[in-house]
Amino acid sequence: MFKTLTFLLSPILAALLLLAPAASAQQGPLRITITEGVIEPLPFALPSFLPETAGSEMITADLARVVADDLAGTGLFRQIPPSAFISQVTSFAAPVAYADWRAINAQALIIGAVSTSGDQLVVKFRLYDVFSGAELGEGLQMVGTVSGFRRMAHKVADEVYSRITGEQRYFDSRVVFVSETGPKDNRLKRIAIMDYDGANVQYLTDAGSIVLAPRFSPSGDRVLYTSYESGFPRIYLLDVATSGRQQLPTEAGEMAFSPRFSRDGRQVIYSLINGGNTDIYRTDLATGQHTRLTSAPSIETAPSFSPDGSQIVFESDRSGVQQIYIMSADGGEPRRISLGEGRYGTPVWSPRGDLIAFTKQNAGRFHIGVMRTDGSEERLLTASFLDEGPTWSPNGRVLMFSRETQGAEGLVSIYSVDVSGRNLRQVVTPSSASDPSWGPLQP
Amino acid sequence: MTRYLTVALLIASLGLTACTRPDRFGGGNDGAGGSGIGTTGLGDVNDPSSPAYFAQAIGDRVLFQVDQSTLSSQAMQVLDGQAQWLMTNSDYLAIIEGHADEQGTREYNLALGARRANAVREYLISRGVPASRLQTISYGKERPIAVCSDEACYSQNRRAVTVISVASLG
Repeated sequence: MFKTLTFLLSPILAALLLLAPAASAQQGPLRITITEGVIEPLPFALPSFLPETAGSEMITADLARVVADDLAGTGLFRQIPPSAFISQVTSFAAPVAYADWRAINAQALIIGAVSTSGDQLVVKFRLYDVFSGAELGEGLQMVGTVSGFRRMAHKVADEVYSRITGEQRYFDSRVVFVSETGPKDNRLKRIAIMDYDGANVQYLTDAGSIVLAPRFSPSGDRVLYTSYESGFPRIYLLDVATSGRQQLPTEAGEMAFSPRFSRDGRQVIYSLINGGNTDIYRTDLATGQHTRLTSAPSIETAPSFSPDGSQIVFESDRSGVQQIYIMSADGGEPRRISLGEGRYGTPVWSPRGDLIAFTKQNAGRFHIGVMRTDGSEERLLTASFLDEGPTWSPNGRVLMFSRETQGAEGLVSIYSVDVSGRNLRQVVTPSSASDPSWGPLQP
Repeated sequence: MTRYLTVALLIASLGLTACTRPDRFGGGNDGAGGSGIGTTGLGDVNDPSSPAYFAQAIGDRVLFQVDQSTLSSQAMQVLDGQAQWLMTNSDYLAIIEGHADEQGTREYNLALGARRANAVREYLISRGVPASRLQTISYGKERPIAVCSDEACYSQNRRAVTVISVASLG
């Protein structure tokens, strides 16, 4: 009766089972279409997950809270407080009392159940469209570990989000960033990794050297970053699982920084400073072969590949101020795409391929913005004393970036904002944090 | 190669100290901490052949305008003194650190700091200092010495600092 999909809840093997529909599988009209206009968040009810084995009640509330935080955190959904509930859910299999949920204006209802056996955790859930009185999609069951419960909650939330919005999933993803401590004139920086929501922070380097701008590989297994540990800024390639690392070969006297992977993870594009001049290079990780891609007396930096790997977007001050250009992945004559007032830097190609996110400085303010790849339809999403360095969610819907506050006591934090410009919020981290790089959706 | 690396690390260590404690040559030796390489060998500020004298009496830094790496006439005057000292005290190496203020993106400021350090290096070479004794590094906006968010601090942070190291220590 079960259709089975198997996927890896790394490092634990988990099975995802499609449960037989609880109601007739008619597709309800429950749908959020994300447009650029103002949106009224969709109200959902999420009763605490049902414990089906002794001991599993320890985790039911935590699971439901993570699911609810994921959904409400998008700004597209609003959780109805459980104190408003009319009926209580006592069994995963019991018929849904739609009238009771309609009465409190719940449009979506998520019913989940949990069982544990040792460290194994089984989570199942169903999503209901309350107003059409039907299940939306099929129930799902996941098998993972108790310690990895947050990932299972993210997978539940991803499923709900994707079914209702039609967008790709992104909650079950991680972010590498720079963790910062200490005063502004003596910051200690470490490369760190966390879940997309700021949970499960782990440190990948110590604080002995300045480290900058980590970048996830497309598969999330490796990280490129810049470190001063040799005495000079150089690029390092770090294996996330083992923390083993190697330096990208750099000649004496050269400084290398601003690395990024190609979409196949085999090449690195970056900036190299030689004799005070900064240009863009590409290195093949397997062969070590270097190719120089720009050759100009101006500053060329912050390169980012297009999703198909055929083009590179980067910043250059060849016109006199920082602007955004696109060139072929093999170099050649670039074309300028940024045309507005001010300075444009740190361009990042969206995973969907249609937009470039960037940092803009104008009239003493910093902005995160997006434009089409021909430079048209520029939209500024944020404004502050110092916003910089956008990174895309795996589904291209959300951007994270660094925001630093003004003055001697200024602190830096990671923020996220929807690509529509709505839903600006801080990603809460244990210490100051900067330079986020959003990794792929986990398998 | 190993010897070279040791020198580079020593220099970098001195460089960090220079950025965080601009008065480091005033009160003797209290150690940088962390790396295990102390700030030794700076000498007495009254000794004209000491790195301390270089930093304080001659001036170890020059400042830049916003987003510029052009040397002012005042900067050139300081660098003339630096060049003379370096040629007199030929046992020393120098590393030139380029810095930027916080008004700019991280990557651009790294590149800009490198331009500033290189402008100083090229000038010192033009005044006769052998290129082999001069290295550059950029810290971008990573190591401000003044932390307020206005021009009073920014002007101090847009700098290139020439840090002296004892070649024979390597």
